[in-house]
Amino acid sequence: MNTILQLKKLSKCFKLHHLGTTIEAVRDINMELAEGDFTGITGKSGSGKSTILKCIYRTYAPQQGEIWYHSSSFGWIDLCAISERKMCYLRKYEIGYVSQFLHAIPRTSAREIVENSMLEMGCELQFAQEETKKILSHFELDPALWDNYPVTFSGGERLRLNIARAMVKHPRLLLLDEPTASLDATSKLKVRELMQQLIQEGTTMLGIFHDIEFMRNLCHKEYKVVDGRLHERA
Amino acid sequence: MIRAIVFNGKTIYRKKFHWMKSFNEAIVLSVQNLNKQHGTGCEQCTNGNRHSLIKNYCSQCGTVYACQNVSFEVYEGETLGLVGESGSGKSTLMDCLYFDIETTSGKAFMPSYKKGEHNLFHQTSQEQRWIRNQLMGKVYQHASRGLKMDFSSLSNIAEKMIAAGYRNVSDMKSRATELLKHVEIPIGRMKDAPKKFSGGMQQRVQIARALSNYPPLLLLDEVTTGLDLSIQASVLDLIKIIQRDFNVSMIIVSHDLRVIRMLAERTIVMLEGKIIEQGLTDQLLEDPQHPYTQQLVQSLI
Repeated sequence: MNTILQLKKLSKCFKLHHLGTTIEAVRDINMELAEGDFTGITGKSGSGKSTILKCIYRTYAPQQGEIWYHSSSFGWIDLCAISERKMCYLRKYEIGYVSQFLHAIPRTSAREIVENSMLEMGCELQFAQEETKKILSHFELDPALWDNYPVTFSGGERLRLNIARAMVKHPRLLLLDEPTASLDATSKLKVRELMQQLIQEGTTMLGIFHDIEFMRNLCHKEYKVVDGRLHERA
Repeated sequence: MIRAIVFNGKTIYRKKFHWMKSFNEAIVLSVQNLNKQHGTGCEQCTNGNRHSLIKNYCSQCGTVYACQNVSFEVYEGETLGLVGESGSGKSTLMDCLYFDIETTSGKAFMPSYKKGEHNLFHQTSQEQRWIRNQLMGKVYQHASRGLKMDFSSLSNIAEKMIAAGYRNVSDMKSRATELLKHVEIPIGRMKDAPKKFSGGMQQRVQIARALSNYPPLLLLDEVTTGLDLSIQASVLDLIKIIQRDFNVSMIIVSHDLRVIRMLAERTIVMLEGKIIEQGLTDQLLEDPQHPYTQQLVQSLI
C-alpha cells in the first residue's frame, strides 16, 4: 500500500501569554497512514488526541516536526511548511475535517449547508442538489428538516449534518474528531455504514473515538495517546 | 473532489470532475509597506525612534501613526479578513486602498492595472478614479458615505456604472434591476431613495452598487456593524453567495470575530496600526500566537 500521510517527530506546545506559561500538548509523534486505511485514535480527554488532528489540518500553527502528505495536486508536501493558500486549496478539495461542532452562517438551511460545501468547489447546482439529497437521505435526516435551520436541530441531527457536509465532498483524507460522541446507537450505525462505504471508495481516514469498540472491526490500525505520546495498539 | 470508482471491492481510479478548479496563486492586490500618518512627526518619533509613542500616538508632537508598514497580498477569489480593535487602523487602511485618503508612503500593485508594474498610490487622481471605478467596489460602514441618500437606488447604481464607462441606459437599468433583485430589494421599491430604507436595506443597495462594475476586488468595511441579528444574517448570506457566484476577491473588515470566522479563509490582525499576526482564520481563533490575539479570542462570547 502507498503511504499517504507521514508524521515525523511532531510536537506542539501552547504558549499562554496571560499566564506566562507554556503547555506541552503532544511530543514526538510518529505515524504513518497507508492510502485507504482507517486509523483510530483513543485516549483520555486532554491527552492530546485532537491536537494531532488539528496539526494536520493546520488549525494549530506548526511548530516542530514534519507532516508529509501525498497530495494528488502537489505530490509530496510538508503540511507544516506549505503556504496558507495551498492549505486552503487542500481543505477544499482533498482534506476534510469533521468536528463536534457545527459552524454555519445563521439562517442557512441544512440543505444549503451541504450544497454550499459542494458549490464552493465549483460544481453545477444540479449536481450539488442531487448529491445533497443522496447524503441527507442516507443519514436519515427527516426530509421535513432539510429546509429548516440547524439552530433548531437536536445534537444528533446537527452532528449528522456536520458529517454529511464533510463527506459529500468525498475527500481523500478525512479527519474525524469524535464524530460519534453524542449520537444514539442507530445514528452511530449510520455513520459506521457510511464509513464502510468511504473505506470501499479508498478514502483514508483518521478518527478519534471514545467508543473504539464500536469502530473496532473497521479500523485497520489503532493508536492510543497517553500524556501527549503516541502508542500503537495491536 | 475526487470520486473513486470501486470495482470488485477495489479502487480502480479516482475521477476528476471538469469543474474542479486547479490551484491558483494569482494575486489581485499586493500592498507593501503602507504607511499613513496624521501629522508631520518630530525628532522624538521619526527616524526609527519611537520612544515618545503612546500606542501609535506621539505625545510630543501629536502625530498619529494610523498604519505602519502594512504589507499583505490578496489572491484571486479569496476572502481576506481584517480584525482589530477600534482605532487599530483597519478603516484607515481601507480608505487608503480606495484612495479616499492620501497614503503617506508605501506601494500597492494590481496585476489588472498596467500589468501590476505601477504603484497605485503614485498615480494621478484621475487615474486613481479610473482604478476605483473599474477595478474596485467598496461598501462603507455608514451608508451615507457610499450612497447618495436622495437619489433613487437605481440611479445610485447607474452612477457607478456611468463612472465605469457604461453608456447604454437600458443595459444599465436591466443590470441594476438584476442586482437589486439579487440583494432582495423589492421591485416596487427600487426607485425609492436610500434615505427611506432601513440600515440593512441601505447596506444591500451599497453591495449591489459595489458589484455593478464587475470589480475584481471588493472592500467591505464593517458591513454588518450596527445591524440587528436577523438583518446581519441576511447580509452575511448575501456575501457568501457573492463569494460563490462572482469569484471576486474581498477584504472584509470587522471587529466581530464570528463574522470573520464565517466569511474569511485567511485573516490579518491589526493593533496600533501594525499587522501583528496573520494566518488561516481557524488557526488564529484556535491557536493565536500574539498576546493581543490571545486576549481577543479569550474575550469572545
